[in-house]
Amino acid sequence: MTGKQLGKRIVQILIVLIGISFFTFMLTYLAPGDPVRTMYAASGTMPSEEVLQAAREELGLNDPILVQYGHWLTNCLHGDFGKSYSTGKPVAELLLARLWPTLKLALCAMVLMLIVSVPLGMLSAVYRNKPIDYIVRGFTFFGISMPNFWVGLLLMYFICIVLGWLPVVSTGIGLKKIILPAVTLAFAMSSKYTRQVRTAVLEEMHQDYVTGARARGASEREILWKQVFPNSLLPLITMFGLSLGSLLGGTAVVEVIFSYQGLGNLAVSAITSYDYNLIQGYVLWVALIYMVVNLIVDISYYWVDPRIRVKR
Amino acid sequence: MGKIKEFIRKNKQFTLFAILALGLIAVAILAPVLTKYDPYQANLGGALQAPSAEHWFGTDKLGRDLFTRIIYGSRVSLAASLTVVAIIFVGGSLLGVIAGYFGKAVDTVIMRLSDMMISFPGMVLAIAVAGILGASIRNAIIAIAIVSWTKYARMSRSLVLKIRHVDYVSAAVVTGSKVSYILRKYMIPNILPTMVITAATDIGGMMLELAGLSFLGFGAQAPTPEWGLMLNEGRVFMQNAPWMMIFPGLAIFVTVVIFNLLGDSLRDVMDVRDE
Repeated sequence: MTGKQLGKRIVQILIVLIGISFFTFMLTYLAPGDPVRTMYAASGTMPSEEVLQAAREELGLNDPILVQYGHWLTNCLHGDFGKSYSTGKPVAELLLARLWPTLKLALCAMVLMLIVSVPLGMLSAVYRNKPIDYIVRGFTFFGISMPNFWVGLLLMYFICIVLGWLPVVSTGIGLKKIILPAVTLAFAMSSKYTRQVRTAVLEEMHQDYVTGARARGASEREILWKQVFPNSLLPLITMFGLSLGSLLGGTAVVEVIFSYQGLGNLAVSAITSYDYNLIQGYVLWVALIYMVVNLIVDISYYWVDPRIRVKR
Repeated sequence: MGKIKEFIRKNKQFTLFAILALGLIAVAILAPVLTKYDPYQANLGGALQAPSAEHWFGTDKLGRDLFTRIIYGSRVSLAASLTVVAIIFVGGSLLGVIAGYFGKAVDTVIMRLSDMMISFPGMVLAIAVAGILGASIRNAIIAIAIVSWTKYARMSRSLVLKIRHVDYVSAAVVTGSKVSYILRKYMIPNILPTMVITAATDIGGMMLELAGLSFLGFGAQAPTPEWGLMLNEGRVFMQNAPWMMIFPGLAIFVTVVIFNLLGDSLRDVMDVRDE
């Protein structure tokens, strides 16, 4: 990726972020529910209408919508996402505290997913239309059709209640807390990813160079690991970046089930308490993370695929 | 009649899955006939009963018959997911055709909008939209439609671009055919098969997303019998009444499997180039 392309991508990311921020801002503006009332309700008092009105004025909720948006955007650019209406703490601080747990969960799920789906996908491709391929494909098919929140509940039921291996509500930190949510997330994703690995590997195996290598008498194992695998990495990395998107969305559900204190859980409670600033901050942060990861993915092509380097 | 027999003989898989899917729809329609209970009628005396001959799937926290609620739940889930797919299929494809056919500014606006949506994790936005608009099954449908139309727009646009400058289209333009005629006669029939396949394979996924939103509390509201919502209600009683979370999940799973299989086999029927 050249400097010019990189610049273009970054500009594109900024445009998307502005678009997304405007969209969510408009939504919260049109939404039902009064944040000022919610704010006071959270602190346990309900003052008179004048006080409410003054609070609205102070928070800038009476300004025209575009002025409000402009204010908010300039503040965001300074790293100030405003204060959470329901807790009174700065949004950036709240999000930052939850960022690492969610990223940790996402990374664990990704690693688990890779451990399962890369070998299975390759196995399925190499033994195409053999029993093992049918078994793997059958499993992935069922995996795709299972709602991840159901998988989470079933895991919780069997592991924590029937078998009693883990506590239902884990207050501890570290491995015990993260293992079930990570497995749940990895379960659904690995089904999808296994299929994609299979397709990518199969596609490469039909290339002429594979026939060529076979004709020269190279062993199947050598062809697979030295030629096919490196070549099928490229589409796999792309999917990896994209699957992070579904992962960031998916964590919300899983975090709620396992009462895992992450970004998704925070967002869900922000929505139920009409905490507009927090919702907007969450959406923007997740968008930013997602796009930066995909930018890194695109940059990594340059290192993974020598063809791209040679072209320039 | 002979033709139908011939079709069934050639497409056994598709026929089987189509019958199963129609069976599900029949269950939804015939719900009152299939069960003697009322899905809303609470009976606190009979709460949290285990599955028995009387209550096949047990009862929930208000003593409502779970089997009945799951049967009625198929109405909500099927109607909602078919509505979402219909909206994004028609809306997305039309926007794509318009972008592809007219090009220039129209194309730029529609495609930039779709870029914006696609460069963003859909479920995150859907949660935000559904939550902000207020929790209801209608708003969940809107939220998922807003984040899912882009796939259809991109696909139909690229299909239209492929045939935009083919001779017969140019001929139609030169001979002064109306735009609406060209779109109707050439563009839409050309893109339809691919778009229908995509729509069919999407039903299962949409059902999962809708159930997910309901599960989080941003979709159907109590006391509506909706599978995602029922799972959420059952979650609390996991220890004492595991049937409350097993059966609604199973219902979602089976339905999604059937629609996914139907979509896949439809692809085989309509698209021979695939293999």
